[in-house]
Amino acid sequence: MLTVSDISFTRENPILRNVSFELVQGEILVVLGPSGSGKTSLLRCLNRLESIDAGEIFLNGENIETPPVMELRRKIGLVFQTSALIPGTVKENIGIGPALAGKDFPDTNCHSLLAQVGLVHEHLTRNADALSVGERQRVALAQVLANEPDVLLLDEPTSALDPTAVLTIETLIQSLHRKLNTATVLVTHNLEQAKRFNARTLVLIDGEVFAEGNIHELMESEKSPLLTKFFEGRMD
Amino acid sequence: MENESLLMSYGLVIGAILISFYNQLKIERELFWSSLRATVQLIAMGFVLEAILDIQNPLYLLLILLFMCTVAGAISGNRGKEISGSHWIAFAGIFIGSLVTFGVLYAAGVIESETRYVIPLGGMIIGNSMKASSLSLNRLISEMGHQRARIETLLALGASSKQAALNAVGQSVKAAMIPTMDTMKTAGLVHFPGIMTGFIIAGGSPMTAVKFQLAIMYMVAGATGITCLIVTLLAYRQCFTRNLQLTTRRGAA
Repeated sequence: MLTVSDISFTRENPILRNVSFELVQGEILVVLGPSGSGKTSLLRCLNRLESIDAGEIFLNGENIETPPVMELRRKIGLVFQTSALIPGTVKENIGIGPALAGKDFPDTNCHSLLAQVGLVHEHLTRNADALSVGERQRVALAQVLANEPDVLLLDEPTSALDPTAVLTIETLIQSLHRKLNTATVLVTHNLEQAKRFNARTLVLIDGEVFAEGNIHELMESEKSPLLTKFFEGRMD
Repeated sequence: MENESLLMSYGLVIGAILISFYNQLKIERELFWSSLRATVQLIAMGFVLEAILDIQNPLYLLLILLFMCTVAGAISGNRGKEISGSHWIAFAGIFIGSLVTFGVLYAAGVIESETRYVIPLGGMIIGNSMKASSLSLNRLISEMGHQRARIETLLALGASSKQAALNAVGQSVKAAMIPTMDTMKTAGLVHFPGIMTGFIIAGGSPMTAVKFQLAIMYMVAGATGITCLIVTLLAYRQCFTRNLQLTTRRGAA
């Protein structure tokens, strides 16, 4: 489904170096790494908010630079770490993706998405500015899901939440994943969160893939000193 | 007016410089050079006007106006250096805004094609357009930075550059039009605008002064409105790459 082949991305300094991985339909891939390791940049490259310097990215066998960028971004949806909702109601926010594409977004779809992200009918008419951080993240998730993406990119979706809300959103992501079977890339710096997801994990340090596999197995296997340092929480 | 009186009126600028210095606003230098520049330019313009008011060749008049637009475009473009081609964008906005306004006023019979009308009114139109262009560029750059998260959220959802920048563009045009709007709202209540004041001081009838002033206000509103729109609509496109990525790092985490 999604093939990332040897990509590099540089801004002033190299951000990503020779990153490769594959993601199949219905899979969750956790990208784990300390702050500044290039996790967010990786997602931005997949959504084409940044252009890679080398390598190729394929979605369903097609290079992501082939389709029009607006179309591609609907197929590879990105939920930001801190969502910037548009001024207006929750309903307007959820329907913004289809509206931008000039498509109708029936109320039934909106209600269904609202329920899927764990919000109630009363939220629809509520102003986006009046939502809690957790509710905003749910609306941001619904916004992206309204575009019916093939791949869902989640950039530290719980980093701004309190510990209880973190667990609730994690449960929500897992239940959505079970229901929609959408290929998902979840970025986190939190080792405990990666363990809870118990999925294939890509460890990214200084823009390079240091390890790949199930997180529990990775922790038990023989590791490089840098990886040990990260797993022991001695890196930020 | 005596030259001494004029010199004394400069005391107001010195006062503003001292206030700025006292409050560490750090605009003394720019205030001083701007006022000095205005003085030198206006005195030079006085000499030039005396020489050119006799010119009746429309081609020369056009060249003079074009020169004024070029200088205005260069000055205004400096306010938007972060935007690629800002000088051309400012020039295009000022030139088209001035041309349309001038054309409409000429066609309506408000002004005549004599040098004594064309040059001073041209200066007024171009000057106001330049201010509008500078404000538009300045505000657009700042809005694109402030609204970066929102713009990128919309882009990531599949928005075009126009859809993503719509709010920033609207805010920029609105902000650039504030001085013109406020001037129109308070005309006659808070202040007596320039032309009217001059006309009355020169002994003209107040009602004729009002008619002239209204025409001038419409002219300034038209020129600034057109300039703001052209400049902002051309400039926002430069804030995005072909792949609909923001060109500026302003506001980035």
